[in-house]
Amino acid sequence: MTVGLFIPCYVDQFYPNAAIATLELLEKLGVEVAYPLKQTCCGQPMANSGFGHLAAESDELFIRNFSGFDYIVAPSGSCVLHIKDHLHSDKRPAEAKAIREKVYELTEFLTDVLKVDSLKARFPHRVGLHQSCHGQRGLKLAQMSELVAPPFSKPEQLLSMVEGLELVDLTRQDECCGFGGTFCVAEEAVSVKMGKDRVADHLQHGAAYITASDMSCLMHMEGILRRQKSNVKVLHIAEILNAQEL
Amino acid sequence: MKETKDHAALSEAFNADEPRVNWHDETLWFVRQKRDRAAQTIPDWELLRETASRIKHNVLSNLHDYLLQFEASARANGVIVHWAADAREHNQIVHAILQKHKVDRMVKSKSMLTEECHLNEYLAENGVEVIDSDLGERIVQLAKEPPSHIVLPSIHKKKEEVGMIFHEHLGTPTGMSDPQALTEAARQHLRETFLTRRAALTGVNFAVAETGEFVICTNEGNADMGAHLADVHIACMGIEKLIPERKHLGVFLRLLTRSATGQPITTYSSHFKKPREGHELHLVLVDNGRSVQLGREDFRNSLKCIRCGACMNTCPVYRRSGGHSYHTAVAGPIGSILAPNLDMKANADLPFASTLCGSCTNVCPVKIDIHDQLYKWRQVIVREGYADTKKTMGMKAMTATFASPATFKLAGKAGRWFMRHAPFAVNNRLNPWYKQRDMPAPPKESFGEWYLKNRKKKHE
Repeated sequence: MTVGLFIPCYVDQFYPNAAIATLELLEKLGVEVAYPLKQTCCGQPMANSGFGHLAAESDELFIRNFSGFDYIVAPSGSCVLHIKDHLHSDKRPAEAKAIREKVYELTEFLTDVLKVDSLKARFPHRVGLHQSCHGQRGLKLAQMSELVAPPFSKPEQLLSMVEGLELVDLTRQDECCGFGGTFCVAEEAVSVKMGKDRVADHLQHGAAYITASDMSCLMHMEGILRRQKSNVKVLHIAEILNAQEL
Repeated sequence: MKETKDHAALSEAFNADEPRVNWHDETLWFVRQKRDRAAQTIPDWELLRETASRIKHNVLSNLHDYLLQFEASARANGVIVHWAADAREHNQIVHAILQKHKVDRMVKSKSMLTEECHLNEYLAENGVEVIDSDLGERIVQLAKEPPSHIVLPSIHKKKEEVGMIFHEHLGTPTGMSDPQALTEAARQHLRETFLTRRAALTGVNFAVAETGEFVICTNEGNADMGAHLADVHIACMGIEKLIPERKHLGVFLRLLTRSATGQPITTYSSHFKKPREGHELHLVLVDNGRSVQLGREDFRNSLKCIRCGACMNTCPVYRRSGGHSYHTAVAGPIGSILAPNLDMKANADLPFASTLCGSCTNVCPVKIDIHDQLYKWRQVIVREGYADTKKTMGMKAMTATFASPATFKLAGKAGRWFMRHAPFAVNNRLNPWYKQRDMPAPPKESFGEWYLKNRKKKHE
């Protein structure tokens, strides 16, 4: 099995540790991973801003980078959802369709494809899990509170395998953090207020770390935590699942 | 259309008072939780949603036939049926009925359609006084504001503020804030209104094609009070309010109030079929852009809406920006997919007032794909040229950068270098991110650079 590692542009530039942890974790689990060096951005910022018609070049580049793999895995539910829902090509429709079907967010790849049932990870801290909307409601990584249906959570399932980790409860289990791509600057006031409220929920329940399967939500919440001079840190879920902390 | 500020500006103003935003958010979240508890009591809730969605799908696919069937049934019952192509015609029809009866004072129960058509303003300009009899609507009417929510019109007002409004307009003592006392004052005031008005206007929640009857749902019984005490009852409905048969009412009545407020059913679900002896019952069927929306394949489903407001209560953006920030009759997620159909230029901002979190879609009792429609409207609005120039230029620059791996790497490296060595270049007031948030700390190397160093062998 070969996996193409899809690292979102802002993770590549600002959060290399999340990407390194993703790579190491997959390698530890015996997966052959390659990182196509010519990848840039999946095109979601343009598409979500209404400029989907400009995404053609991003789409072609993505297809060139990732066509050869059995699976494509990314540490971001949001970027994966964009590819799954919107990647298309007039020139190579079959390849585009194949990619849409074999692209996975990291935690769902671990639970659904690799069927991981134990991890050698240790992280003895109180952790709050932020369920990122695109992963949760878009990719169905976890049940949402709106539906009358049995609960499940793929990220939670994996975190429960981490030694010493204590998951904190939240008052609002799956409220959006307010990042929303370009929303975070176009609607700055509401975005920040949503982020402050989301962070406060974690703080009130004594989280020392906030984690998520989307770095973008974490980047937004980290910006708020730092402005508040809080000691609470954000870590991508891959960094926790790969943690060896003693 | 008067010039209005966009959603971002209006919600920034709303956010100036943070304790108020907290209160607004918590009040609506409380309603959302009540809805959750009510939904959980129905084991087949998801099946009920699916059923409702399919019934509405049938209605929208055969709207023409159902409308004609409904019209024929209603006429056979003795109802006077009118057709209005747009808001103007709707207002003129209502006014003409009032003129015919020489009525210059009317009582009205809640109808978002008349808000959409700006009926109150139109009638006021023509010398007709309208009193809204729904308590929440009466409060905002006295405050000279539009409703901020389709089910909870004055949810943005605290009880102390209601006390001040009643003191000013209804002569209650100053400082009154006890909900029961305030409600009693409104009740006395409205009782006098009900007893003295010869014409009453109501909305319509569900119109049954099979029988020509219609149902109005209220918690205060105000629609009944108005309609039963007046000589003339005018009911106004959007053409999408139809359901095929009476038996389908059970599906919608079970969903409506559970979704709206968490109640099992509205206190009053009033059925109207024919006029009483010597009285007139008018029904105005209004299109006002609905058939245009029906023709837009991507947005057709928005016409399934039964106006429960669940999408507003669940929307994290709505809760923190307030209904007035949407500057349309129907606020929130559903309003943001209906409004661009009515006026794309004036409402071009609304599909962007969302994080696309998807909660609205999943709470919707008729399964409207709200957040997907918001995404689709964004594409339409940009394609039609309603995006601002600055944004378009930014997006084009971004696209060019991402299209070339070499440029992307160079731009990333340069950007991180600037952030480390010249943080003032980004940490300033011109950067909306930085206003209330810190920027991420730029690492020395990107993942791509790390990968080349540490997994180099694989690439040799």
